[in-house]
Amino acid sequence: MAELQVEIVAADHFVWSGAAKLVKARSVDGEIGVLPGHVPMLSVLASGELEIAPVSEARFTVQIDGGFFSVDSDRVVIVADNAVIGTAA
Amino acid sequence: MGAQIRVYRQKIGSTKSMAKIFKAMELIAASRIGKARTRVSASLPYANAITRAVTAVASQADVEHPLTTEPAQVRRAAVLVMTSDRGLAGSYSASVLKQAEHLVELLREDGKEVKTYLVGRKAQAYFDFRSRGYERVWTGDTDSPRFETARELRDILLEDFATDYEQGGVDEIHVVYTQFKSMVTQEPTVIRLLPLEVVEDDSETPTDELLPLYEFEPSPEEVLDALLPRYIDSRLFNAQLQSAASELAARQRAMKAAGDNAGELIKKFTRLLNNARQAEITQELSEIIAGADALDS
Repeated sequence: MAELQVEIVAADHFVWSGAAKLVKARSVDGEIGVLPGHVPMLSVLASGELEIAPVSEARFTVQIDGGFFSVDSDRVVIVADNAVIGTAA
Repeated sequence: MGAQIRVYRQKIGSTKSMAKIFKAMELIAASRIGKARTRVSASLPYANAITRAVTAVASQADVEHPLTTEPAQVRRAAVLVMTSDRGLAGSYSASVLKQAEHLVELLREDGKEVKTYLVGRKAQAYFDFRSRGYERVWTGDTDSPRFETARELRDILLEDFATDYEQGGVDEIHVVYTQFKSMVTQEPTVIRLLPLEVVEDDSETPTDELLPLYEFEPSPEEVLDALLPRYIDSRLFNAQLQSAASELAARQRAMKAAGDNAGELIKKFTRLLNNARQAEITQELSEIIAGADALDS
């Protein structure tokens, strides 16, 4: 099965990268879920929690305070001003 | 005669203690520079992601944004000068300031008014000493810049950029900083921060990788609105980090040179000291011999 290549970067450091099945994020317009094969998209993120379901690990959340994220050909780049990895959800 | 020897001893003593300080500063700079370079590379993923996104928006959506539009007439320009807080870094701050002076002169020749913003106590001291005005100064974190400072710089600069000329606003913004090329070369560099030239990144995009057709949410304008300030943040922050790394590299080099010179001075003074001591002994001997001769005859 196809999977997403996720990269999370904060302003001054690299946060996380890996393969994931699902990324759930909050854009300024509302919640958005990204599965493999998603249409290319650039979206503005609202501050809040982001949920990531990695392929081989347990789900976890990332606390971010604003930023944006881009999806193209199963590559998800989350650019946050500040990102803190939270506990497994 | 004895006085001469004492003077040389004092000089050797003080040079030795200075050499110790130079050595310590060199080592401190050397140990910090690794960290500074790591921070430069740690900020790269963010900068790359943003640049890519901005390029994508700019190339696909034909949106006019105030930050990317060239003003019809540039009447006032802002110059942001990034120097260090501390000295003892060789010509580091001096060369940035020289570059800034040059830029200001060029801008003035074009009939533009210039507003200056300063980073670092050295720039502040330079301007204060010549009693020249500046708008604002940021000090305290030039050797390990915080992202918040970049954010603050951006806020102030954007506010100025958004203001009309009549109300004291500026039409373009330049940044003078030191580019960290390698441990031995750091170059004072001028970039024009605003209006943004997004096109410049086109050449860097590999041609085999076409940017996909993005969907924008909520809209291209709003995405650009959110992106551009961050793009500026990342450029400013990158300039700060490079300046910090350059400062440390310059300090390390300056302190190494100073330490070497101190070593040479110590050698020279030791020679002179030996000379003086020998001369004293010779004189004492000849005095004694002369005295004995005088008694004999």
